[in-house]
Amino acid sequence: MVLSPGTKAPDFRLKKSPDQTLSLSELRGHPLVLVFYPADWSPVCGDELALFNEVLPEFARYGAQLVGISVDGVWCHKAYAKSRNLDFPLLADFEPKGEVSRKYGAYRPQDGFSERALFVLDAGGVIRWSYLSEVGTNPGADGVLAALEEGAAQKV
Amino acid sequence: MSHLAPPLGPRDHTQGPPGARVTLVEYGDFECPHCGAAYPVVKAIQRAIGSKLLFAYRHFPLTRVHPHAEHAAEMAEAAGERGKFWGMHDLLFEHQDALEDDQLIAYAKTLGIDPAWAAQALTEGRYEPRVRADFASGVRSGVNGTPTFFINGLRYEGGADTLLDALMEATIDAPLKSGG
Repeated sequence: MVLSPGTKAPDFRLKKSPDQTLSLSELRGHPLVLVFYPADWSPVCGDELALFNEVLPEFARYGAQLVGISVDGVWCHKAYAKSRNLDFPLLADFEPKGEVSRKYGAYRPQDGFSERALFVLDAGGVIRWSYLSEVGTNPGADGVLAALEEGAAQKV
Repeated sequence: MSHLAPPLGPRDHTQGPPGARVTLVEYGDFECPHCGAAYPVVKAIQRAIGSKLLFAYRHFPLTRVHPHAEHAAEMAEAAGERGKFWGMHDLLFEHQDALEDDQLIAYAKTLGIDPAWAAQALTEGRYEPRVRADFASGVRSGVNGTPTFFINGLRYEGGADTLLDALMEATIDAPLKSGG
Protein backbone atom coordinates (compact mmCIF):
# COMPACT_ATOMS: atom_id res chain seq x y z
CA MET A 1 0.00 0.00 0.00
CA VAL A 2 1.25 3.48 -0.80
CA LEU A 3 1.49 5.91 2.13
CA SER A 4 -1.82 7.58 2.94
CA PRO A 5 -2.82 11.22 3.26
CA GLY A 6 -1.94 12.68 6.65
CA THR A 7 1.38 10.80 6.79
CA LYS A 8 4.60 12.75 7.14
CA ALA A 9 6.50 12.06 3.92
CA PRO A 10 9.70 10.09 4.68
CA ASP A 11 12.79 12.17 4.02
CA PHE A 12 15.26 11.13 1.36
CA ARG A 13 18.40 12.29 -0.34
CA LEU A 14 18.92 10.97 -3.86
CA LYS A 15 21.16 11.81 -6.79
CA LYS A 16 19.58 14.11 -9.34
CA SER A 17 22.65 14.20 -11.57
CA PRO A 18 26.05 12.51 -11.61
CA ASP A 19 27.41 15.07 -9.13
CA GLN A 20 24.37 16.55 -7.36
CA THR A 21 21.88 15.30 -4.81
CA LEU A 22 18.45 16.55 -3.82
CA SER A 23 16.74 15.94 -0.49
CA LEU A 24 13.10 16.21 0.46
CA SER A 25 13.93 18.81 3.13
CA GLU A 26 15.36 21.07 0.41
CA LEU A 27 11.98 20.92 -1.34
CA ARG A 28 9.97 22.08 1.70
CA GLY A 29 8.13 25.37 1.57
CA HIS A 30 6.15 24.58 -1.56
CA PRO A 31 3.63 21.92 -2.49
CA LEU A 32 5.47 19.01 -4.07
CA VAL A 33 4.36 16.35 -6.53
CA LEU A 34 6.29 13.08 -6.31
CA VAL A 35 5.94 10.84 -9.35
CA PHE A 36 7.23 7.30 -8.84
CA TYR A 37 7.39 5.40 -12.12
CA PRO A 38 8.71 2.03 -13.28
CA ALA A 39 11.37 2.96 -15.81
CA ASP A 40 12.79 5.56 -18.16
CA TRP A 41 12.24 5.05 -21.90
CA SER A 42 8.60 4.07 -22.06
CA PRO A 43 6.78 4.93 -25.33
CA VAL A 44 6.58 8.64 -26.15
CA CYS A 45 3.02 9.70 -26.72
CA GLY A 46 1.33 7.88 -23.89
CA ASP A 47 4.24 8.62 -21.63
CA GLU A 48 3.34 9.79 -18.14
CA LEU A 49 6.39 11.98 -17.69
CA ALA A 50 5.92 13.72 -21.04
CA LEU A 51 2.38 14.53 -19.93
CA PHE A 52 3.46 15.84 -16.52
CA ASN A 53 6.17 17.86 -18.23
CA GLU A 54 3.51 19.61 -20.32
CA VAL A 55 1.35 20.22 -17.26
CA LEU A 56 4.18 21.91 -15.28
CA PRO A 57 2.78 25.41 -15.93
CA GLU A 58 -0.55 24.31 -14.42
CA PHE A 59 1.26 22.92 -11.35
CA ALA A 60 3.27 26.14 -11.10
CA ARG A 61 0.04 28.10 -10.63
CA TYR A 62 -0.16 26.41 -7.23
CA GLY A 63 3.53 27.00 -6.56
CA ALA A 64 4.08 23.26 -6.82
CA GLN A 65 7.30 21.57 -7.82
CA LEU A 66 7.54 18.18 -9.47
CA VAL A 67 10.09 15.41 -9.03
CA GLY A 68 10.24 12.02 -10.77
CA ILE A 69 11.71 8.96 -9.03
CA SER A 70 12.65 5.58 -10.48
CA VAL A 71 15.37 2.99 -9.89
CA ASP A 72 17.21 4.00 -13.06
CA GLY A 73 20.70 5.37 -12.59
CA VAL A 74 21.74 9.00 -13.03
CA TRP A 75 23.25 8.55 -16.50
CA CYS A 76 20.11 6.86 -17.73
CA HIS A 77 17.98 9.65 -16.23
CA LYS A 78 20.22 12.25 -17.83
CA ALA A 79 19.90 10.79 -21.32
CA TYR A 80 16.17 10.25 -20.89
CA ALA A 81 15.48 13.76 -19.56
CA LYS A 82 17.45 15.22 -22.45
CA SER A 83 15.64 13.20 -25.11
CA ARG A 84 12.21 14.18 -23.75
CA ASN A 85 13.12 17.78 -22.85
CA LEU A 86 12.01 17.21 -19.29
CA ASP A 87 11.96 20.42 -17.27
CA PHE A 88 11.92 18.80 -13.80
CA PRO A 89 14.45 16.65 -11.91
CA LEU A 90 14.55 12.86 -12.07
CA LEU A 91 15.94 11.23 -8.94
CA ALA A 92 17.79 7.91 -8.97
CA ASP A 93 16.50 5.47 -6.33
CA PHE A 94 19.44 3.36 -7.35
CA GLU A 95 21.58 2.50 -4.30
CA PRO A 96 20.37 0.86 -2.17
CA LYS A 97 17.99 0.00 -4.97
CA GLY A 98 14.42 1.10 -4.43
CA GLU A 99 14.97 2.11 -0.80
CA VAL A 100 12.97 5.36 -1.05
CA SER A 101 10.25 3.75 -3.16
CA ARG A 102 9.88 1.06 -0.46
CA LYS A 103 9.49 3.72 2.26
CA TYR A 104 6.57 5.20 0.31
CA GLY A 105 5.03 1.77 -0.29
CA ALA A 106 5.73 2.24 -3.98
CA TYR A 107 8.09 -0.60 -4.82
CA ARG A 108 7.42 -3.83 -6.71
CA PRO A 109 9.88 -6.40 -5.33
CA GLN A 110 8.60 -9.00 -7.79
CA ASP A 111 9.66 -6.73 -10.69
CA GLY A 112 12.54 -4.83 -9.10
CA PHE A 113 11.20 -1.39 -9.97
CA SER A 114 8.97 1.35 -8.55
CA GLU A 115 5.21 1.37 -8.77
CA ARG A 116 3.42 3.97 -10.83
CA ALA A 117 2.42 6.08 -7.84
CA LEU A 118 1.66 9.74 -7.22
CA PHE A 119 1.97 11.80 -4.03
CA VAL A 120 1.03 15.40 -3.40
CA LEU A 121 2.82 16.89 -0.37
CA ASP A 122 1.99 20.18 1.27
CA ALA A 123 4.57 22.84 2.02
CA GLY A 124 5.28 21.21 5.39
CA GLY A 125 6.08 17.82 3.85
CA VAL A 126 2.85 16.05 4.82
CA ILE A 127 1.21 13.79 2.24
CA ARG A 128 -2.13 15.31 1.23
CA TRP A 129 -3.06 12.91 -1.58
CA SER A 130 -1.68 9.66 -2.92
CA TYR A 131 -2.60 7.37 -5.76
CA LEU A 132 -1.41 3.97 -6.93
CA SER A 133 -1.96 3.35 -10.62
CA GLU A 134 -1.91 0.11 -12.57
CA VAL A 135 1.72 -0.26 -13.58
CA GLY A 136 0.85 -0.12 -17.29
CA THR A 137 -1.66 2.73 -16.99
CA ASN A 138 -0.76 6.38 -17.21
CA PRO A 139 -2.84 7.93 -14.41
CA GLY A 140 -3.07 11.40 -15.99
CA ALA A 141 -2.64 14.63 -14.07
CA ASP A 142 -6.23 15.44 -13.11
CA GLY A 143 -5.98 13.88 -9.63
CA VAL A 144 -2.83 15.82 -8.85
CA LEU A 145 -4.37 19.10 -10.00
CA ALA A 146 -7.50 18.50 -7.95
CA ALA A 147 -5.34 17.79 -4.86
CA LEU A 148 -3.29 20.96 -5.41
CA GLU A 149 -6.46 22.97 -5.88
CA GLU A 150 -7.92 21.58 -2.67
CA GLY A 151 -4.71 22.35 -0.80
CA ALA A 152 -4.74 25.92 -2.08
CA ALA A 153 -8.40 26.32 -1.09
CA GLN A 154 -7.72 25.12 2.47
CA LYS A 155 -4.94 27.63 2.89
CA VAL A 156 -7.23 30.57 2.14
CA MET B 1 -13.95 6.94 -14.73
CA SER B 2 -12.89 10.29 -16.15
CA HIS B 3 -15.51 12.73 -17.43
CA LEU B 4 -15.20 15.29 -20.15
CA ALA B 5 -15.01 18.80 -18.68
CA PRO B 6 -16.31 21.11 -19.90
CA PRO B 7 -18.91 19.16 -21.90
CA LEU B 8 -19.35 19.81 -25.60
CA GLY B 9 -20.39 23.37 -26.25
CA PRO B 10 -20.61 26.09 -28.87
CA ARG B 11 -16.82 26.65 -28.72
CA ASP B 12 -16.13 23.14 -29.98
CA HIS B 13 -15.31 22.21 -33.55
CA THR B 14 -17.79 19.50 -34.47
CA GLN B 15 -18.86 17.33 -37.37
CA GLY B 16 -22.20 15.55 -37.52
CA PRO B 17 -25.75 16.27 -36.39
CA PRO B 18 -25.87 18.38 -33.19
CA GLY B 19 -28.55 16.18 -31.66
CA ALA B 20 -26.69 12.95 -32.42
CA ARG B 21 -27.24 10.04 -30.12
CA VAL B 22 -23.53 9.47 -29.66
CA THR B 23 -20.75 12.01 -29.17
CA LEU B 24 -17.09 11.29 -29.76
CA VAL B 25 -14.49 13.80 -28.62
CA GLU B 26 -10.83 13.42 -29.52
CA TYR B 27 -8.01 15.16 -27.70
CA GLY B 28 -5.24 15.11 -30.27
CA ASP B 29 -1.84 16.39 -31.32
CA PHE B 30 -1.21 16.97 -35.04
CA GLU B 31 2.38 15.74 -34.75
CA CYS B 32 1.59 12.61 -32.71
CA PRO B 33 1.99 9.44 -34.80
CA HIS B 34 -0.71 7.63 -32.81
CA CYS B 35 -3.15 10.43 -33.64
CA GLY B 36 -2.08 10.14 -37.26
CA ALA B 37 -2.87 6.43 -37.13
CA ALA B 38 -6.27 7.12 -35.53
CA TYR B 39 -7.19 9.74 -38.18
CA PRO B 40 -8.28 7.29 -40.93
CA VAL B 41 -10.02 5.15 -38.30
CA VAL B 42 -12.17 8.11 -37.22
CA LYS B 43 -12.87 8.92 -40.89
CA ALA B 44 -14.02 5.34 -41.50
CA ILE B 45 -16.21 5.48 -38.40
CA GLN B 46 -17.77 8.73 -39.62
CA ARG B 47 -18.52 7.10 -42.97
CA ALA B 48 -20.07 4.09 -41.21
CA ILE B 49 -22.23 5.79 -38.55
CA GLY B 50 -21.84 9.47 -39.29
CA SER B 51 -25.56 10.23 -39.24
CA LYS B 52 -25.73 9.15 -35.58
CA LEU B 53 -22.41 10.62 -34.51
CA LEU B 54 -21.28 14.05 -33.38
CA PHE B 55 -17.48 14.20 -33.54
CA ALA B 56 -15.43 16.95 -31.94
CA TYR B 57 -11.71 17.65 -31.87
CA ARG B 58 -9.84 19.41 -29.05
CA HIS B 59 -6.14 20.25 -28.92
CA PHE B 60 -3.68 18.45 -26.69
CA PRO B 61 -0.25 19.26 -28.12
CA LEU B 62 2.70 17.67 -26.31
CA THR B 63 4.96 20.54 -27.24
CA ARG B 64 8.12 19.34 -25.52
CA VAL B 65 8.23 16.12 -27.54
CA HIS B 66 6.47 17.45 -30.67
CA PRO B 67 8.02 20.83 -31.50
CA HIS B 68 5.58 21.57 -34.37
CA ALA B 69 2.41 20.57 -32.57
CA GLU B 70 1.61 23.93 -30.98
CA HIS B 71 1.77 25.97 -34.18
CA ALA B 72 -0.11 23.26 -36.07
CA ALA B 73 -2.91 23.50 -33.49
CA GLU B 74 -2.91 27.29 -33.66
CA MET B 75 -3.09 27.15 -37.45
CA ALA B 76 -6.11 24.85 -37.21
CA GLU B 77 -7.75 27.47 -34.98
CA ALA B 78 -6.82 30.23 -37.40
CA ALA B 79 -8.40 28.22 -40.22
CA GLY B 80 -11.42 27.71 -37.95
CA GLU B 81 -11.81 31.48 -37.73
CA ARG B 82 -12.22 31.38 -41.52
CA GLY B 83 -14.62 28.43 -41.41
CA LYS B 84 -11.94 25.94 -42.50
CA PHE B 85 -11.09 24.10 -39.30
CA TRP B 86 -11.82 20.62 -40.65
CA GLY B 87 -10.04 21.25 -43.93
CA MET B 88 -6.94 22.22 -41.99
CA HIS B 89 -7.39 19.34 -39.51
CA ASP B 90 -7.36 16.89 -42.42
CA LEU B 91 -4.41 18.50 -44.20
CA LEU B 92 -2.34 18.46 -41.01
CA PHE B 93 -3.00 14.79 -40.27
CA GLU B 94 -2.27 13.93 -43.90
CA HIS B 95 1.07 15.79 -43.75
CA GLN B 96 2.38 15.02 -40.27
CA ASP B 97 5.96 15.08 -41.50
CA ALA B 98 5.60 18.56 -43.03
CA LEU B 99 4.54 20.92 -40.26
CA GLU B 100 7.08 23.74 -40.46
CA ASP B 101 5.58 27.23 -40.20
CA ASP B 102 5.96 27.96 -43.93
CA GLN B 103 4.22 24.68 -44.72
CA LEU B 104 1.37 25.51 -42.32
CA ILE B 105 0.97 28.85 -44.08
CA ALA B 106 0.96 27.09 -47.45
CA TYR B 107 -1.89 24.83 -46.23
CA ALA B 108 -3.83 27.95 -45.26
CA LYS B 109 -3.34 29.27 -48.77
CA THR B 110 -4.52 25.94 -50.22
CA LEU B 111 -7.73 26.39 -48.25
CA GLY B 112 -8.24 29.88 -49.65
CA ILE B 113 -7.06 31.71 -46.54
CA ASP B 114 -4.90 34.82 -46.92
CA PRO B 115 -1.39 33.51 -46.16
CA ALA B 116 -0.22 36.86 -44.77
CA TRP B 117 -3.11 36.86 -42.31
CA ALA B 118 -2.37 33.24 -41.33
CA ALA B 119 1.33 34.01 -40.86
CA GLN B 120 0.48 37.00 -38.70
CA ALA B 121 -1.83 34.88 -36.54
CA LEU B 122 1.02 32.45 -35.85
CA THR B 123 3.55 35.18 -35.11
CA GLU B 124 1.19 36.91 -32.70
CA GLY B 125 0.18 33.65 -31.03
CA ARG B 126 -3.39 34.83 -31.58
CA TYR B 127 -4.88 31.38 -31.02
CA GLU B 128 -2.49 30.23 -28.32
CA PRO B 129 -4.97 30.97 -25.50
CA ARG B 130 -7.59 28.84 -27.23
CA VAL B 131 -5.15 25.93 -27.63
CA ARG B 132 -4.06 26.30 -23.98
CA ALA B 133 -7.71 26.26 -22.89
CA ASP B 134 -8.26 23.01 -24.77
CA PHE B 135 -5.12 21.54 -23.23
CA ALA B 136 -6.16 22.57 -19.71
CA SER B 137 -9.62 21.07 -20.22
CA GLY B 138 -7.93 17.85 -21.35
CA VAL B 139 -5.80 17.66 -18.24
CA ARG B 140 -8.90 18.23 -16.10
CA SER B 141 -10.77 15.56 -18.01
CA GLY B 142 -8.07 12.97 -17.34
CA VAL B 143 -6.43 12.94 -20.76
CA ASN B 144 -3.30 10.85 -20.23
CA GLY B 145 -1.82 10.75 -23.70
CA THR B 146 -2.77 11.30 -27.29
CA PRO B 147 -5.11 10.49 -28.76
CA THR B 148 -7.61 10.25 -25.89
CA PHE B 149 -11.24 9.75 -26.85
CA PHE B 150 -14.41 10.43 -24.88
CA ILE B 151 -17.60 8.62 -25.84
CA ASN B 152 -20.71 10.38 -24.52
CA GLY B 153 -18.47 12.27 -22.11
CA LEU B 154 -16.70 9.26 -20.62
CA ARG B 155 -13.05 8.49 -21.28
CA TYR B 156 -12.63 5.58 -23.63
CA GLU B 157 -9.86 3.28 -22.41
CA GLY B 158 -9.37 1.10 -25.48
CA GLY B 159 -7.38 1.54 -28.67
CA ALA B 160 -8.51 3.06 -31.97
CA ASP B 161 -8.96 -0.43 -33.44
CA THR B 162 -11.92 -1.15 -31.14
CA LEU B 163 -13.36 2.37 -31.22
CA LEU B 164 -16.12 1.54 -33.71
CA ASP B 165 -17.32 -1.37 -31.56
CA ALA B 166 -17.42 0.89 -28.50
CA LEU B 167 -19.38 3.52 -30.43
CA MET B 168 -21.84 0.96 -31.75
CA GLU B 169 -22.39 -0.21 -28.20
CA ALA B 170 -22.89 3.40 -27.09
CA THR B 171 -25.42 3.88 -29.90
CA ILE B 172 -27.44 0.98 -28.55
CA ASP B 173 -26.99 1.99 -24.88
CA ALA B 174 -27.72 5.67 -25.34
CA PRO B 175 -31.54 5.59 -24.95
CA LEU B 176 -31.22 3.48 -21.79
CA LYS B 177 -28.71 5.89 -20.29
CA SER B 178 -30.83 8.92 -20.97
CA GLY B 179 -33.76 7.14 -19.34
CA GLY B 180 -31.79 6.25 -16.21
